[in-house]
Parts: sequence; structure tokens; C-alpha cells
Amino acid sequence: MKFANLMSTGGEWLRGEGPHHQIVISSRVRLARNLKQRAFPGWAKKAERSAILELIKPRVEELPEMQDSFSELLQDLSALEKQVLVERHLISREHAMKNVGSAVIMNRRQTLSIMINEEDHLRMQSIRSGLQLKSAFKLVDKVDSTLESKLDFAYDSRLGYLTACPTNVGTGMRASAMLHLPGLVLSDMINQVIQAVNKIGLAVRGLYGEGTEAMGNLFQISNQTTLGEKEDDIVVRLSKVIETIIEKEHDARQMLIQKKSNTLWDQIGRAYGVLTFAHAMTSKEALNLLSIMKLGIDLGAFPEDRRLPIDELFIDTQPAHLQKSSQQKLNAEERDHLRAQIIRERLRVFPKPDITKVAKESENGTAPEPPNQ
Amino acid sequence: MLCDVCKCNDATVFLTQILEGKMQKVNLCDACSKEKGVQDPTGFALADLLLGIGAAEEIEKGTPSQKCPMCGFTQADFKKTGRLGCSVCYLTFAEGLTSLLKAMHKGTEHVGKLPQRAHREVERDDRMRALNEDLQKAVAAENYESAAALRDQIKQLEHEKAV
Repeated sequence: MKFANLMSTGGEWLRGEGPHHQIVISSRVRLARNLKQRAFPGWAKKAERSAILELIKPRVEELPEMQDSFSELLQDLSALEKQVLVERHLISREHAMKNVGSAVIMNRRQTLSIMINEEDHLRMQSIRSGLQLKSAFKLVDKVDSTLESKLDFAYDSRLGYLTACPTNVGTGMRASAMLHLPGLVLSDMINQVIQAVNKIGLAVRGLYGEGTEAMGNLFQISNQTTLGEKEDDIVVRLSKVIETIIEKEHDARQMLIQKKSNTLWDQIGRAYGVLTFAHAMTSKEALNLLSIMKLGIDLGAFPEDRRLPIDELFIDTQPAHLQKSSQQKLNAEERDHLRAQIIRERLRVFPKPDITKVAKESENGTAPEPPNQ
Repeated sequence: MLCDVCKCNDATVFLTQILEGKMQKVNLCDACSKEKGVQDPTGFALADLLLGIGAAEEIEKGTPSQKCPMCGFTQADFKKTGRLGCSVCYLTFAEGLTSLLKAMHKGTEHVGKLPQRAHREVERDDRMRALNEDLQKAVAAENYESAAALRDQIKQLEHEKAV
């Protein structure tokens, strides 16, 4: 499969059809594995890294899950293409900086992506739309079992799977979900939630993981520890916490409708106005305003059939996607103009926010999306 | 009680922190507590002592010039990168890593997935141990016929393991 094909097919999780998809954008589970008695990628010399790559790559490509896959050596991808993959969460920011001796293989549906010689020899990731941590784990676990019969993984009976960083040792698993929480942010309750989540040993991060800012009211929640707890237990514990956060987000939205409706309609109106008429927009501003539009759709202020164009803009307005689609490298100012232009075009036939629909629903006391849906 | 850091002087400073519902205890002698800045309340965090820079220091305390026989990785490299060199490093630096892992994780032992390959090895080791015990008993009871049979089985297993 060519990179152009990858670009044109959106990736399954971007379509947003999974359970609780209004609030949970995606669920991801990744496993870290290493070969026995080989230096980890960060310590291995170039020749050894290449030898490890040669050993692993054919095994990954022959996986039944990788029929019709996209497989590329990192040195054969342009900086822009790597960045596109980062924006789609198909490779990590760290992997995007790799060159000779590293590779990435992913399936056409973009539900499974395997990085070779990232921080560990193998980083296998499954990504699903909505809250589907269990099925994401199931897929990646199956792939791991197949590969393990052909590759000799570093494993210690006491410490489990051995990884380059001691924070991943044990299961080598990081399960995470990307949550859209505008209600909790607008009602100033998000810090409380983050603190509570931190207290129970889970991590909250921004859009692109470790050390990144939270933009567009998007937050990643993941397990912090990997040793001393079973994979299934980690997944169940995380899912339960996320379900609680979903409830809190619904409560916050109801509270906003009932007690701070002026602020809420003002935010939605402003987001609509700026997105429809602006001629220059940074990706951060775009994400923050699109987040409010998404909230508007969730609450019924915009028709449901407008959801897809907004969801698509979240990813299409990211810097690398923007440049890839325009086929040229742009400076920041040019990007901001092009971004505003694309948004204006897509929102040209977008109806004005209709707050009467929302008000009616809240009078009946029914939330647009009940938590147990 | 000896100091957790230098392991030679008596501990006089006892610290307890409850983190994520897990209790961490560190016992230090007077000299080490000063060195770690424990007595300066503004510049000290127990987590820092156990994780990050503190952890790298702790590994260093093991045997300073230790080098991984497999990949040549040293403690200084760990301090620089925060990553290990290869899977054998976990054995090489086991002493220092144990306290680091204890502070980082929920438990100190893996309870999750077991690779099939490792599973077979564990089973084989268990069988080997049982056969050896039976052999000892048979020899003690001067039952040489079954001892010979057991010895053959052990040889067979050893052969399988070598393959």
C-alpha cells in the first residue's frame, strides 16, 4: 500500500462510531517487547539495529492481520509524512525522529500499527474508535502471541517482559483513551478530575502524549504502572474510571445548560462565528473552537449529520495534514491562512446554532446522550 | 537498623510517605540524610530520592564500575538516558533496580501474561526438579532399577532443553 492510499482512507477510528463516541474519541493499547540478549534500540549500534530490524520485519509483515499493509522504513518517509502519522497517532513523536534501522507497519484499516526499533524493539499498538479498550487489547494480544512463537522475547519469570525503560517492565502494556471533556473544562471541574485520576495511579496527558499541552479539551488517560497487575485487570480498572469520567462530563454539561446557559451559548456562537469568518487561525485555536462545535452537536444545537465534517476538521487542520493536502511546505503564516480557508469552505453550508432545541431537551430533563447508551 | 543508602551506618532519620495508597519507607543515617538534603524541607521530595536522579544514584551505590557483560552498559549511561542497555542489564543492575521498581510500580512481581515459550520452560524446570527429588529417594532406598529409569528421563529433558 502506498502512502497516498493511507492518506485517502481516513482510518477506522477517525470515523467515530464506537461506544460512547461522543466523549471517547479513541481507545489504544500498546505492548512493548524486546528480543532476548540484544541491545535495546537506544543503545544498539547502527549495524545491530539493522540486523534486529531484518529479523523482526518479515515476521510482522507475514502476520494474517497485516495482509494488505503499509510497511515502510523510516528513512524512506519524508519529515512531513512522518508528522502525518504522528497526527493520526499511528507512530509516536519519538519514532518520527528515527531514521535508518527503524520501520513502521500498519494495516489498511489503521487499527493496528507496529513500530520496529522505537524505544523498544517492538511497539505494537491497536487503536479503536470510542471506548473499546477490551477489544483493542484483544487484537494486540493476539498479534503478540503469534509473534512470540517466532521471535524470542526478553522475559523474566519475576519481572515479566523486559523493556528499555523500567517504567514499562512487566506487562509492557500502556492502555489509554482519548477523551473530549469540554463540559468539565467550561465548568472548571477538570483539575479536580485530573487530580482524582492521578491519585489512583493513572496518568492524564495532552493530545500527543507525554509532555504535551491539552488542546481542544482533549485528554489522554492511561495506566501509569505495568508491574504487579494483570493486563485484564488494568484494562477493566481503566475502563471503569473512564465510565465515571463520562458520567461526570454528562453531569457537567447538564449543569452548564441549566445554570450557565448564557456562557454556553456565547461560547458556541463565538466558535461558529470565528470558524465561519476568520481568515487566519492557528491549529491550537482551531482545535479549541472545533471542540466547542463538537459540544454544540452533542447538545443538539447543530444537526447530528454535521458531526462528520467537524470530526474530520480536527485532524485535517493539523499542521502536517494541511501541508500534505496542499502538496507543499508552508510557513506558519501560510498554514494559518490555509487552515482558516479550509474551515470556511467546509462550514459554508453549516446551519446556525439553534439553542431552542437544546433548551427543550433540558426542560424534559433528558440528556441528549444518556451515559448508559 | 542500617541506613538504606550507605548500608554501613545506623539509621537515625526515618521517612514515611504514602503515595497512591502505597507506603514508602526510607531509613537514613545522619550523613546520608544531610547529603540527600532531607533536613532541608524545601529542597526535598521522597519521590525524587526514589525515582529519577535519586534512583540513578542509588544504582551507582551498588558497585561503581559495574558494566553489563552483555552490552557494556554502565550506571553512568543509565543516569544519562534513564533507559537500560539490554535485557541482561536487569540482572546486572538488579540490586539498584529493585528499589527503583518498587517505587515506580504497583508490585514487584509480574502477574500478567506468560509467553508460551517461557511457560514451557517453567513447566520443564518443575518436572526436572520433581524427577531429581524422585531420583534422590530411589537412590536412598537402593531402588536402582527405577533410579536408572529416572536418570534416563532427566537426560532426555536436559537434551530437550539444550535444543
